[in-house]
Amino acid sequence: MSDTKILHEYVERLKEANPAWVADLKDTYGEVTVTVSRESIADACRFLKTENGFDMLADLNGADRGPEEDPRFEVVYHLFSTKHFNRLRLKVLLSEDDPHVSTVTSVWKTANWHERETFDMFGVIFDGHPDLRRILLPSDFDGHALRKDYPLRGYEPYSLT
Amino acid sequence: MSVAVENIPSKFEVLDQALESQMTLSMGPQHPSTHGVLRLELQLDGELVIKAVPDIGYLHTGMEKLFEYKKYQQGIVITDRMDYLNPLGNNLAYVMAAEKLLNLEIPERAQIIRVLFCELQRIASHMVWLGTHALDIGAMSPFFYAFRQREKILNLIEAASGGRMTPSYFRIGGLMMDLPAGFERRCRQFLEDFPAALDQFETLVTGNTIWQSRTKGIGVITAEEAIDWGLTGPCLRGSGVSLDLRRDNPYSGYETYDFEVPVEPDGDVWARFRVRMRELYESYKIVVQALERLKPGPIKADAPKVVLPDRDDMRKHMDSLIHHFLIVAEGFNVPEGEVYHAIEGSKGELGCYLRSNGGPKPDRVHFRGPSFINLQALPVMSEGEMVADVVAIIGSLDIVLGEIDR
Repeated sequence: MSDTKILHEYVERLKEANPAWVADLKDTYGEVTVTVSRESIADACRFLKTENGFDMLADLNGADRGPEEDPRFEVVYHLFSTKHFNRLRLKVLLSEDDPHVSTVTSVWKTANWHERETFDMFGVIFDGHPDLRRILLPSDFDGHALRKDYPLRGYEPYSLT
Repeated sequence: MSVAVENIPSKFEVLDQALESQMTLSMGPQHPSTHGVLRLELQLDGELVIKAVPDIGYLHTGMEKLFEYKKYQQGIVITDRMDYLNPLGNNLAYVMAAEKLLNLEIPERAQIIRVLFCELQRIASHMVWLGTHALDIGAMSPFFYAFRQREKILNLIEAASGGRMTPSYFRIGGLMMDLPAGFERRCRQFLEDFPAALDQFETLVTGNTIWQSRTKGIGVITAEEAIDWGLTGPCLRGSGVSLDLRRDNPYSGYETYDFEVPVEPDGDVWARFRVRMRELYESYKIVVQALERLKPGPIKADAPKVVLPDRDDMRKHMDSLIHHFLIVAEGFNVPEGEVYHAIEGSKGELGCYLRSNGGPKPDRVHFRGPSFINLQALPVMSEGEMVADVVAIIGSLDIVLGEIDR
Protein backbone atom coordinates (compact mmCIF):
# COMPACT_ATOMS: atom_id res chain seq x y z
CA MET A 1 0.00 0.00 0.00
CA SER A 2 1.49 3.29 -1.00
CA ASP A 3 1.41 6.28 1.30
CA THR A 4 -1.56 8.57 0.79
CA LYS A 5 -0.50 11.33 3.21
CA ILE A 6 0.49 13.68 0.40
CA LEU A 7 -2.85 13.12 -1.33
CA HIS A 8 -4.72 14.10 1.83
CA GLU A 9 -2.83 17.39 1.80
CA TYR A 10 -4.34 18.20 -1.59
CA VAL A 11 -7.78 17.31 -0.27
CA GLU A 12 -7.20 19.64 2.68
CA ARG A 13 -6.31 22.44 0.30
CA LEU A 14 -9.45 21.70 -1.67
CA LYS A 15 -11.47 21.95 1.54
CA GLU A 16 -9.78 25.20 2.49
CA ALA A 17 -10.54 26.77 -0.86
CA ASN A 18 -14.21 25.85 -0.66
CA PRO A 19 -15.55 23.44 2.00
CA ALA A 20 -18.61 22.70 -0.14
CA TRP A 21 -16.47 21.01 -2.82
CA VAL A 22 -15.60 17.92 -0.79
CA ALA A 23 -18.83 16.01 -0.22
CA ASP A 24 -17.18 12.72 0.68
CA LEU A 25 -13.67 11.32 1.02
CA LYS A 26 -12.48 7.75 0.68
CA ASP A 27 -9.02 6.27 1.05
CA THR A 28 -8.88 2.72 -0.27
CA TYR A 29 -6.14 0.59 -1.85
CA GLY A 30 -3.69 3.48 -1.63
CA GLU A 31 -5.92 5.72 -3.75
CA VAL A 32 -7.92 8.71 -2.59
CA THR A 33 -11.40 9.36 -3.97
CA VAL A 34 -13.11 12.70 -3.46
CA THR A 35 -16.82 12.96 -4.19
CA VAL A 36 -17.68 16.38 -5.57
CA SER A 37 -21.11 17.85 -6.20
CA ARG A 38 -21.95 18.09 -9.87
CA GLU A 39 -22.30 21.88 -9.87
CA SER A 40 -18.77 22.45 -8.62
CA ILE A 41 -16.80 19.79 -10.52
CA ALA A 42 -15.39 22.22 -13.12
CA ASP A 43 -14.36 24.74 -10.43
CA ALA A 44 -12.76 22.06 -8.27
CA CYS A 45 -10.88 20.70 -11.30
CA ARG A 46 -9.70 24.16 -12.29
CA PHE A 47 -8.47 24.79 -8.75
CA LEU A 48 -6.58 21.49 -8.67
CA LYS A 49 -5.08 22.18 -12.09
CA THR A 50 -3.94 25.75 -11.56
CA GLU A 51 -3.03 25.74 -7.86
CA ASN A 52 -1.97 22.16 -7.21
CA GLY A 53 -0.22 21.00 -10.35
CA PHE A 54 -2.72 18.38 -11.48
CA ASP A 55 -2.17 19.43 -15.08
CA MET A 56 -3.28 16.25 -16.82
CA LEU A 57 -6.62 14.49 -16.90
CA ALA A 58 -5.46 10.90 -17.17
CA ASP A 59 -8.87 9.36 -17.54
CA LEU A 60 -12.55 10.15 -17.34
CA ASN A 61 -15.13 7.41 -17.39
CA GLY A 62 -18.63 6.60 -16.31
CA ALA A 63 -20.07 3.79 -14.27
CA ASP A 64 -23.55 2.47 -13.72
CA ARG A 65 -24.49 1.20 -10.26
CA GLY A 66 -27.63 -0.48 -11.54
CA PRO A 67 -31.17 0.65 -12.40
CA GLU A 68 -32.46 0.22 -8.85
CA GLU A 69 -29.81 2.47 -7.29
CA ASP A 70 -30.12 6.17 -6.64
CA PRO A 71 -27.92 8.03 -7.49
CA ARG A 72 -27.43 5.65 -10.37
CA PHE A 73 -24.52 7.00 -12.40
CA GLU A 74 -20.99 7.91 -11.48
CA VAL A 75 -18.58 9.98 -13.50
CA VAL A 76 -15.01 9.30 -12.41
CA TYR A 77 -12.13 11.70 -13.07
CA HIS A 78 -8.55 10.54 -12.71
CA LEU A 79 -6.23 13.49 -12.24
CA PHE A 80 -2.51 13.17 -12.73
CA SER A 81 0.38 15.55 -12.35
CA THR A 82 3.35 15.62 -14.70
CA LYS A 83 5.25 17.55 -12.00
CA HIS A 84 4.80 15.62 -8.75
CA PHE A 85 3.38 12.40 -10.29
CA ASN A 86 0.49 12.02 -7.86
CA ARG A 87 -2.95 10.74 -8.77
CA LEU A 88 -6.26 11.89 -7.38
CA ARG A 89 -9.69 10.55 -8.19
CA LEU A 90 -12.75 12.79 -8.27
CA LYS A 91 -16.23 11.47 -8.51
CA VAL A 92 -19.62 12.92 -9.35
CA LEU A 93 -22.85 11.08 -8.56
CA LEU A 94 -25.85 11.54 -10.84
CA SER A 95 -29.45 10.40 -10.64
CA GLU A 96 -31.17 8.65 -13.51
CA ASP A 97 -33.83 11.32 -13.97
CA ASP A 98 -31.37 14.16 -14.31
CA PRO A 99 -28.01 12.88 -15.60
CA HIS A 100 -26.50 16.32 -16.21
CA VAL A 101 -23.02 17.41 -15.18
CA SER A 102 -21.02 20.42 -16.28
CA THR A 103 -18.20 19.74 -18.71
CA VAL A 104 -14.50 19.99 -17.89
CA THR A 105 -13.45 20.56 -21.51
CA SER A 106 -12.72 24.17 -20.56
CA VAL A 107 -10.16 22.89 -18.03
CA TRP A 108 -8.55 20.12 -20.07
CA LYS A 109 -9.10 19.79 -23.81
CA THR A 110 -8.55 16.06 -23.56
CA ALA A 111 -11.89 15.70 -21.73
CA ASN A 112 -13.67 16.18 -25.07
CA TRP A 113 -13.55 12.57 -26.32
CA HIS A 114 -13.76 11.10 -22.84
CA GLU A 115 -17.02 12.93 -22.25
CA ARG A 116 -18.34 11.95 -25.65
CA GLU A 117 -17.59 8.32 -24.83
CA THR A 118 -19.32 8.56 -21.45
CA PHE A 119 -22.34 10.17 -23.12
CA ASP A 120 -22.33 7.45 -25.77
CA MET A 121 -22.14 4.58 -23.32
CA PHE A 122 -24.17 5.85 -20.35
CA GLY A 123 -26.29 8.74 -21.59
CA VAL A 124 -24.70 11.19 -19.17
CA ILE A 125 -25.11 14.70 -20.57
CA PHE A 126 -22.22 17.11 -20.16
CA ASP A 127 -23.60 20.65 -20.12
CA GLY A 128 -21.51 23.09 -22.11
CA HIS A 129 -19.65 20.45 -24.12
CA PRO A 130 -18.72 21.86 -27.55
CA ASP A 131 -19.58 18.77 -29.58
CA LEU A 132 -21.57 16.17 -27.63
CA ARG A 133 -22.15 13.42 -30.20
CA ARG A 134 -21.82 9.66 -30.06
CA ILE A 135 -18.23 8.61 -30.71
CA LEU A 136 -17.88 4.81 -30.81
CA LEU A 137 -21.41 3.73 -31.69
CA PRO A 138 -23.31 4.85 -34.79
CA SER A 139 -25.39 8.02 -34.46
CA ASP A 140 -28.68 6.12 -34.93
CA PHE A 141 -27.88 3.60 -32.18
CA ASP A 142 -30.74 2.87 -29.82
CA GLY A 143 -29.95 3.05 -26.09
CA HIS A 144 -26.74 3.34 -24.12
CA ALA A 145 -24.71 0.17 -24.31
CA LEU A 146 -22.84 0.13 -21.00
CA ARG A 147 -25.92 0.68 -18.83
CA LYS A 148 -26.62 -2.35 -16.69
CA ASP A 149 -30.13 -2.76 -18.08
CA TYR A 150 -28.86 -2.86 -21.68
CA PRO A 151 -28.69 -6.55 -22.73
CA LEU A 152 -25.30 -7.92 -23.81
CA ARG A 153 -26.55 -8.77 -27.29
CA GLY A 154 -28.68 -5.67 -27.74
CA TYR A 155 -32.41 -5.21 -28.04
CA GLU A 156 -32.64 -6.63 -31.55
CA PRO A 157 -32.22 -10.38 -32.13
CA TYR A 158 -28.78 -11.14 -33.56
CA SER A 159 -28.71 -11.58 -37.30
CA LEU A 160 -26.04 -11.29 -39.95
CA THR A 161 -28.38 -10.11 -42.67
CA MET B 1 -7.13 15.32 -91.45
CA SER B 2 -5.42 17.68 -89.18
CA VAL B 3 -6.85 20.42 -87.06
CA ALA B 4 -5.02 23.57 -86.30
CA VAL B 5 -4.09 23.87 -82.66
CA GLU B 6 -5.81 27.17 -82.12
CA ASN B 7 -9.10 25.74 -83.37
CA ILE B 8 -9.51 23.10 -80.65
CA PRO B 9 -12.28 24.28 -78.35
CA SER B 10 -10.80 24.78 -74.93
CA LYS B 11 -12.71 22.68 -72.43
CA PHE B 12 -10.58 23.42 -69.41
CA GLU B 13 -9.67 26.85 -68.31
CA VAL B 14 -6.37 27.40 -66.60
CA LEU B 15 -6.96 29.68 -63.69
CA ASP B 16 -4.50 32.23 -62.48
CA GLN B 17 -5.69 31.80 -58.95
CA ALA B 18 -6.70 28.80 -56.88
CA LEU B 19 -10.38 28.03 -56.51
CA GLU B 20 -11.92 29.78 -53.58
CA SER B 21 -14.17 26.88 -52.75
CA GLN B 22 -12.91 24.20 -50.40
CA MET B 23 -13.34 20.52 -50.70
CA THR B 24 -14.12 17.80 -48.20
CA LEU B 25 -12.13 14.60 -48.52
CA SER B 26 -13.00 11.41 -46.71
CA MET B 27 -9.74 9.63 -45.93
CA GLY B 28 -10.30 6.04 -44.91
CA PRO B 29 -11.65 3.86 -43.37
CA GLN B 30 -10.03 1.55 -45.92
CA HIS B 31 -7.00 3.69 -46.58
CA PRO B 32 -3.84 1.68 -45.77
CA SER B 33 -2.06 4.58 -44.09
CA THR B 34 -4.77 4.96 -41.45
CA HIS B 35 -3.46 1.83 -39.70
CA GLY B 36 -6.78 0.08 -39.49
CA VAL B 37 -10.22 1.51 -39.85
CA LEU B 38 -9.76 5.15 -39.01
CA ARG B 39 -11.73 7.64 -41.08
CA LEU B 40 -10.67 11.25 -41.34
CA GLU B 41 -12.90 13.98 -42.66
CA LEU B 42 -10.49 16.48 -44.15
CA GLN B 43 -11.52 19.97 -45.16
CA LEU B 44 -9.05 20.95 -47.86
CA ASP B 45 -8.03 24.15 -49.56
CA GLY B 46 -5.93 22.85 -52.40
CA GLU B 47 -3.55 20.55 -50.58
CA LEU B 48 -3.74 22.40 -47.30
CA VAL B 49 -5.67 20.83 -44.48
CA ILE B 50 -8.04 23.40 -43.00
CA LYS B 51 -9.86 21.07 -40.67
CA ALA B 52 -9.46 17.42 -39.74
CA VAL B 53 -12.14 15.48 -37.92
CA PRO B 54 -11.35 11.88 -36.94
CA ASP B 55 -14.29 9.50 -37.14
CA ILE B 56 -13.81 6.35 -35.09
CA GLY B 57 -15.84 3.40 -33.90
CA TYR B 58 -15.62 1.12 -36.95
CA LEU B 59 -13.89 -1.55 -34.86
CA HIS B 60 -16.04 -1.20 -31.77
CA THR B 61 -16.64 -4.65 -30.30
CA GLY B 62 -18.10 -3.80 -26.91
CA MET B 63 -15.18 -5.17 -24.90
CA GLU B 64 -15.91 -3.12 -21.80
CA LYS B 65 -19.44 -4.55 -21.79
CA LEU B 66 -18.12 -8.06 -22.29
CA PHE B 67 -15.81 -7.78 -19.25
CA GLU B 68 -18.87 -7.43 -17.01
CA TYR B 69 -20.14 -10.81 -18.15
CA LYS B 70 -16.85 -12.71 -17.74
CA LYS B 71 -14.98 -13.86 -14.66
CA TYR B 72 -11.83 -12.03 -13.70
CA GLN B 73 -9.48 -14.61 -15.18
CA GLN B 74 -11.49 -14.74 -18.42
CA GLY B 75 -11.06 -11.00 -18.84
CA ILE B 76 -7.34 -11.42 -19.52
CA VAL B 77 -8.15 -12.97 -22.88
CA ILE B 78 -10.19 -9.90 -23.87
CA THR B 79 -7.33 -7.54 -23.04
CA ASP B 80 -5.10 -9.28 -25.60
CA ARG B 81 -7.40 -8.14 -28.36
CA MET B 82 -7.41 -4.44 -27.56
CA ASP B 83 -3.98 -3.17 -28.46
CA TYR B 84 -3.02 -6.21 -30.46
CA LEU B 85 0.55 -4.98 -30.97
CA ASN B 86 1.14 -4.75 -27.23
CA PRO B 87 -0.97 -7.56 -25.73
CA LEU B 88 1.37 -8.26 -22.82
CA GLY B 89 1.18 -4.64 -21.74
CA ASN B 90 -2.61 -4.87 -21.69
CA ASN B 91 -2.40 -8.10 -19.70
CA LEU B 92 -0.15 -6.39 -17.18
CA ALA B 93 -2.40 -3.34 -16.66
CA TYR B 94 -5.41 -5.59 -16.10
CA VAL B 95 -3.82 -8.19 -13.83
CA MET B 96 -2.04 -5.55 -11.75
CA ALA B 97 -5.33 -3.74 -11.17
CA ALA B 98 -6.92 -7.01 -10.06
CA GLU B 99 -3.90 -7.83 -7.88
CA LYS B 100 -4.24 -4.44 -6.22
CA LEU B 101 -7.82 -5.30 -5.24
CA LEU B 102 -6.83 -8.78 -4.07
CA ASN B 103 -3.72 -7.47 -2.29
CA LEU B 104 -1.45 -10.17 -3.76
CA GLU B 105 2.30 -10.34 -3.37
CA ILE B 106 3.95 -11.32 -6.65
CA PRO B 107 7.15 -13.39 -6.41
CA GLU B 108 10.32 -11.81 -7.70
CA ARG B 109 10.88 -14.19 -10.59
CA ALA B 110 7.40 -13.51 -11.93
CA GLN B 111 8.00 -9.76 -11.74
CA ILE B 112 11.30 -10.05 -13.60
CA ILE B 113 9.73 -12.18 -16.32
CA ARG B 114 6.90 -9.65 -16.63
CA VAL B 115 9.39 -6.83 -17.13
CA LEU B 116 11.36 -8.93 -19.60
CA PHE B 117 8.32 -9.66 -21.73
CA CYS B 118 6.89 -6.15 -21.51
CA GLU B 119 10.12 -4.74 -22.89
CA LEU B 120 10.36 -7.39 -25.61
CA GLN B 121 6.78 -6.54 -26.52
CA ARG B 122 7.61 -2.85 -26.57
CA ILE B 123 10.41 -3.55 -29.04
CA ALA B 124 8.04 -5.63 -31.17
CA SER B 125 5.40 -2.90 -31.08
CA HIS B 126 7.93 -0.23 -32.03
CA MET B 127 9.11 -2.46 -34.89
CA VAL B 128 5.60 -2.47 -36.36
CA TRP B 129 5.42 1.28 -35.86
CA LEU B 130 8.77 1.82 -37.59
CA GLY B 131 7.95 -0.49 -40.49
CA THR B 132 4.51 0.95 -41.19
CA HIS B 133 5.54 4.54 -40.57
CA ALA B 134 8.35 4.18 -43.10
CA LEU B 135 6.04 2.41 -45.52
CA ASP B 136 3.51 5.24 -45.29
CA ILE B 137 6.13 7.82 -46.13
CA GLY B 138 7.39 5.74 -49.04
CA ALA B 139 10.36 3.70 -47.79
CA MET B 140 9.53 0.07 -48.32
CA SER B 141 12.61 -1.86 -47.22
CA PRO B 142 12.63 -0.87 -43.51
CA PHE B 143 9.28 -2.64 -43.24
CA PHE B 144 10.86 -6.02 -44.04
CA TYR B 145 13.87 -5.47 -41.79
CA ALA B 146 11.61 -4.39 -38.92
CA PHE B 147 9.25 -7.30 -39.29
CA ARG B 148 12.15 -9.72 -39.26
CA GLN B 149 13.09 -8.49 -35.79
CA ARG B 150 9.48 -8.58 -34.66
CA GLU B 151 9.18 -12.14 -35.88
CA LYS B 152 12.04 -13.20 -33.61
CA ILE B 153 10.30 -11.63 -30.60
CA LEU B 154 6.97 -13.22 -31.51
CA ASN B 155 8.75 -16.56 -31.61
CA LEU B 156 10.08 -15.95 -28.10
CA ILE B 157 6.60 -15.04 -26.88
CA GLU B 158 5.20 -18.11 -28.57
CA ALA B 159 7.80 -20.31 -26.90
CA ALA B 160 6.75 -19.05 -23.47
CA SER B 161 3.00 -18.73 -23.83
CA GLY B 162 1.92 -20.68 -26.90
CA GLY B 163 0.41 -17.60 -28.55
CA ARG B 164 2.00 -15.09 -30.88
CA MET B 165 -0.45 -12.20 -31.01
CA THR B 166 -2.68 -13.23 -28.11
CA PRO B 167 -0.38 -14.64 -25.42
CA SER B 168 -2.49 -14.12 -22.22
CA TYR B 169 0.75 -14.96 -20.45
CA PHE B 170 0.32 -12.85 -17.33
CA ARG B 171 -2.30 -14.17 -14.94
CA ILE B 172 -3.77 -12.72 -11.78
CA GLY B 173 -1.17 -13.67 -9.17
CA GLY B 174 1.73 -14.44 -11.48
CA LEU B 175 2.30 -16.11 -14.82
CA MET B 176 0.60 -18.81 -16.84
CA MET B 177 3.65 -21.06 -16.53
CA ASP B 178 7.39 -20.87 -16.16
CA LEU B 179 9.75 -20.19 -19.05
CA PRO B 180 10.47 -23.22 -21.22
CA ALA B 181 13.89 -24.91 -21.23
CA GLY B 182 16.33 -23.09 -23.49
CA PHE B 183 14.39 -19.83 -23.45
CA GLU B 184 17.26 -17.84 -21.98
CA ARG B 185 19.62 -19.10 -24.68
CA ARG B 186 17.18 -18.12 -27.43
CA CYS B 187 16.60 -14.74 -25.85
CA ARG B 188 20.36 -14.10 -25.63
CA GLN B 189 20.66 -15.05 -29.29
CA PHE B 190 18.12 -12.38 -30.18
CA LEU B 191 19.83 -9.80 -27.99
CA GLU B 192 23.20 -10.49 -29.58
CA ASP B 193 21.92 -9.52 -33.00
CA PHE B 194 19.66 -6.68 -31.96
CA PRO B 195 22.11 -3.75 -31.57
CA ALA B 196 23.42 -4.43 -35.07
CA ALA B 197 19.83 -4.40 -36.34
CA LEU B 198 19.26 -1.06 -34.60
CA ASP B 199 22.29 0.39 -36.34
CA GLN B 200 20.88 -0.89 -39.59
CA PHE B 201 17.68 1.07 -39.01
CA GLU B 202 19.67 4.19 -38.29
CA THR B 203 21.40 3.79 -41.64
CA LEU B 204 18.24 2.85 -43.51
CA VAL B 205 15.94 5.51 -42.13
CA THR B 206 17.49 8.12 -39.85
CA GLY B 207 20.26 9.28 -42.16
CA ASN B 208 17.99 9.42 -45.19
CA THR B 209 17.57 13.03 -46.34
CA ILE B 210 14.13 12.38 -47.85
CA TRP B 211 13.04 10.94 -44.53
CA GLN B 212 14.33 13.98 -42.69
CA SER B 213 12.67 16.47 -44.98
CA ARG B 214 9.37 14.61 -44.70
CA THR B 215 9.44 14.57 -40.91
CA LYS B 216 11.27 17.66 -39.60
CA GLY B 217 9.00 20.54 -38.63
CA ILE B 218 5.83 18.60 -39.49
CA GLY B 219 2.92 18.14 -37.09
CA VAL B 220 4.28 20.29 -34.28
CA ILE B 221 2.62 20.25 -30.86
CA THR B 222 4.00 22.24 -27.94
CA ALA B 223 4.59 20.82 -24.47
CA GLU B 224 1.70 22.79 -22.88
CA GLU B 225 -0.70 21.69 -25.59
CA ALA B 226 0.51 18.10 -25.38
CA ILE B 227 -0.25 17.97 -21.65
CA ASP B 228 -3.59 19.71 -22.17
CA TRP B 229 -4.58 17.16 -24.79
CA GLY B 230 -3.48 14.35 -22.46
CA LEU B 231 -0.74 12.97 -24.72
CA THR B 232 1.44 10.35 -23.05
CA GLY B 233 4.31 8.09 -23.96
CA PRO B 234 6.65 8.86 -26.87
CA CYS B 235 4.25 11.51 -28.22
CA LEU B 236 4.58 13.53 -25.00
CA ARG B 237 8.32 12.94 -24.67
CA GLY B 238 8.69 14.12 -28.26
CA SER B 239 7.36 17.48 -27.07
CA GLY B 240 10.05 17.81 -24.44
CA VAL B 241 8.14 16.60 -21.36
CA SER B 242 10.11 14.01 -19.45
CA LEU B 243 7.41 11.65 -18.19
CA ASP B 244 7.72 7.90 -18.07
CA LEU B 245 5.58 5.90 -15.68
CA ARG B 246 8.26 3.24 -15.47
CA ARG B 247 10.43 5.83 -13.73
CA ASP B 248 7.84 8.18 -12.20
CA ASN B 249 5.17 5.74 -10.98
CA PRO B 250 7.22 2.54 -10.90
CA TYR B 251 5.49 -0.83 -10.88
CA SER B 252 6.62 -4.45 -11.12
CA GLY B 253 10.13 -3.55 -9.92
CA TYR B 254 11.01 -1.06 -12.69
CA GLU B 255 12.65 1.23 -10.13
CA THR B 256 15.52 -1.25 -9.78
CA TYR B 257 16.47 -1.19 -13.47
CA ASP B 258 18.95 1.18 -14.98
CA PHE B 259 17.59 2.99 -18.04
CA GLU B 260 17.27 6.47 -19.49
CA VAL B 261 14.12 8.28 -20.53
CA PRO B 262 14.79 9.80 -23.97
CA VAL B 263 13.29 13.24 -24.52
CA GLU B 264 13.30 15.40 -27.66
CA PRO B 265 12.25 19.05 -27.47
CA ASP B 266 10.88 19.83 -30.94
CA GLY B 267 7.41 18.25 -30.82
CA ASP B 268 7.37 17.33 -34.53
CA VAL B 269 7.19 13.99 -36.33
CA TRP B 270 10.97 13.77 -36.33
CA ALA B 271 11.16 14.25 -32.54
CA ARG B 272 8.62 11.49 -31.93
CA PHE B 273 10.57 9.28 -34.32
CA ARG B 274 13.84 9.94 -32.50
CA VAL B 275 12.27 9.26 -29.08
CA ARG B 276 11.06 5.85 -30.20
CA MET B 277 14.35 4.95 -31.86
CA ARG B 278 16.25 5.81 -28.69
CA GLU B 279 13.67 3.99 -26.59
CA LEU B 280 14.36 0.80 -28.49
CA TYR B 281 17.88 0.81 -27.14
CA GLU B 282 16.68 1.49 -23.57
CA SER B 283 14.26 -1.43 -23.80
CA TYR B 284 17.10 -3.60 -25.02
CA LYS B 285 19.12 -2.54 -21.95
CA ILE B 286 16.26 -3.50 -19.62
CA VAL B 287 15.84 -6.90 -21.27
CA VAL B 288 19.56 -7.59 -20.79
CA GLN B 289 19.36 -6.64 -17.11
CA ALA B 290 16.21 -8.69 -16.54
CA LEU B 291 17.79 -11.72 -18.15
CA GLU B 292 20.81 -11.44 -15.85
CA ARG B 293 18.58 -11.33 -12.79
CA LEU B 294 16.56 -14.45 -13.59
CA LYS B 295 16.92 -16.91 -10.75
CA PRO B 296 14.89 -20.05 -10.15
CA GLY B 297 11.96 -19.47 -7.86
CA PRO B 298 8.18 -19.50 -7.66
CA ILE B 299 6.24 -17.75 -10.43
CA LYS B 300 2.84 -17.69 -8.77
CA ALA B 301 1.64 -15.90 -5.68
CA ASP B 302 0.83 -17.93 -2.59
CA ALA B 303 -2.95 -17.62 -2.93
CA PRO B 304 -4.46 -21.02 -3.67
CA LYS B 305 -8.00 -19.64 -3.99
CA VAL B 306 -6.99 -17.26 -6.79
CA VAL B 307 -4.04 -18.80 -8.62
CA LEU B 308 -4.52 -22.03 -10.57
CA PRO B 309 -2.39 -24.83 -9.05
CA ASP B 310 0.34 -26.61 -11.01
CA ARG B 311 -0.73 -29.68 -12.91
CA ASP B 312 1.63 -31.87 -10.91
CA ASP B 313 0.19 -30.60 -7.63
CA MET B 314 -3.30 -31.48 -8.73
CA ARG B 315 -2.36 -35.11 -9.22
CA LYS B 316 -0.96 -35.41 -5.72
CA HIS B 317 -3.07 -33.16 -3.52
CA MET B 318 -6.80 -33.28 -3.10
CA ASP B 319 -7.09 -29.63 -2.01
CA SER B 320 -5.27 -28.44 -5.14
CA LEU B 321 -7.79 -30.31 -7.24
CA ILE B 322 -10.67 -28.72 -5.32
CA HIS B 323 -9.20 -25.24 -5.69
CA HIS B 324 -8.68 -25.78 -9.39
CA PHE B 325 -12.26 -26.91 -9.82
CA LEU B 326 -13.62 -23.95 -7.87
CA ILE B 327 -11.54 -21.34 -9.69
CA VAL B 328 -12.51 -22.69 -13.10
CA ALA B 329 -16.17 -23.39 -12.36
CA GLU B 330 -17.11 -20.53 -10.06
CA GLY B 331 -14.24 -18.08 -10.18
CA PHE B 332 -12.97 -16.26 -7.12
CA ASN B 333 -14.50 -13.38 -5.25
CA VAL B 334 -12.65 -10.09 -5.38
CA PRO B 335 -13.07 -7.64 -2.47
CA GLU B 336 -15.33 -4.68 -3.07
CA GLY B 337 -13.66 -1.49 -4.23
CA GLU B 338 -12.27 0.41 -7.17
CA VAL B 339 -8.71 0.87 -8.39
CA TYR B 340 -6.96 2.54 -11.27
CA HIS B 341 -3.64 1.14 -12.32
CA ALA B 342 -1.56 2.73 -15.03
CA ILE B 343 1.50 1.31 -16.74
CA GLU B 344 3.74 2.69 -19.44
CA GLY B 345 2.53 0.86 -22.52
CA SER B 346 4.38 1.07 -25.80
CA LYS B 347 2.13 3.97 -26.86
CA GLY B 348 1.70 5.82 -23.58
CA GLU B 349 -0.14 5.60 -20.31
CA LEU B 350 -2.20 2.44 -20.38
CA GLY B 351 -4.59 2.59 -17.46
CA CYS B 352 -7.11 0.09 -16.21
CA TYR B 353 -10.00 1.20 -14.02
CA LEU B 354 -11.37 -1.85 -12.27
CA ARG B 355 -14.33 -1.90 -9.97
CA SER B 356 -15.62 -4.85 -8.02
CA ASN B 357 -18.86 -5.40 -6.13
CA GLY B 358 -17.46 -8.41 -4.29
CA GLY B 359 -18.43 -11.11 -6.78
CA PRO B 360 -16.48 -13.24 -9.26
CA LYS B 361 -17.19 -10.84 -12.15
CA PRO B 362 -16.09 -7.21 -12.34
CA ASP B 363 -18.70 -4.49 -11.98
CA ARG B 364 -16.98 -2.14 -14.42
CA VAL B 365 -13.77 -2.30 -16.39
CA HIS B 366 -12.53 0.71 -18.28
CA PHE B 367 -9.32 0.99 -20.22
CA ARG B 368 -7.56 4.25 -20.78
CA GLY B 369 -6.15 3.46 -24.18
CA PRO B 370 -3.23 5.73 -25.05
CA SER B 371 -4.05 5.56 -28.78
CA PHE B 372 -7.57 6.88 -28.12
CA ILE B 373 -6.28 9.98 -26.41
CA ASN B 374 -3.28 10.51 -28.66
CA LEU B 375 -5.48 10.41 -31.75
CA GLN B 376 -7.60 13.19 -30.31
CA ALA B 377 -4.69 15.58 -30.79
CA LEU B 378 -4.40 14.75 -34.51
CA PRO B 379 -6.41 17.82 -35.64
CA VAL B 380 -4.12 20.09 -33.62
CA MET B 381 -1.05 18.62 -35.31
CA SER B 382 -2.38 18.34 -38.85
CA GLU B 383 -4.34 21.54 -39.38
CA GLY B 384 -2.30 23.82 -41.62
CA GLU B 385 -0.23 20.95 -43.04
CA MET B 386 -0.41 19.21 -46.41
CA VAL B 387 -2.53 16.11 -47.02
CA ALA B 388 0.57 13.97 -47.50
CA ASP B 389 1.88 15.13 -44.14
CA VAL B 390 -1.26 13.93 -42.40
CA VAL B 391 -0.12 10.42 -43.33
CA ALA B 392 3.24 11.06 -41.69
CA ILE B 393 1.57 12.49 -38.58
CA ILE B 394 -0.74 9.48 -38.18
CA GLY B 395 2.30 7.24 -38.46
CA SER B 396 4.14 9.21 -35.80
CA LEU B 397 1.21 8.89 -33.37
CA ASP B 398 1.48 5.08 -33.54
CA ILE B 399 -2.21 4.36 -33.14
CA VAL B 400 -3.88 0.97 -32.96
CA LEU B 401 -7.56 1.01 -33.79
CA GLY B 402 -8.28 -2.07 -31.72
CA GLU B 403 -7.49 -0.02 -28.66
CA ILE B 404 -9.22 3.15 -29.80
CA ASP B 405 -12.56 1.49 -30.51
CA ARG B 406 -12.33 -1.32 -27.94
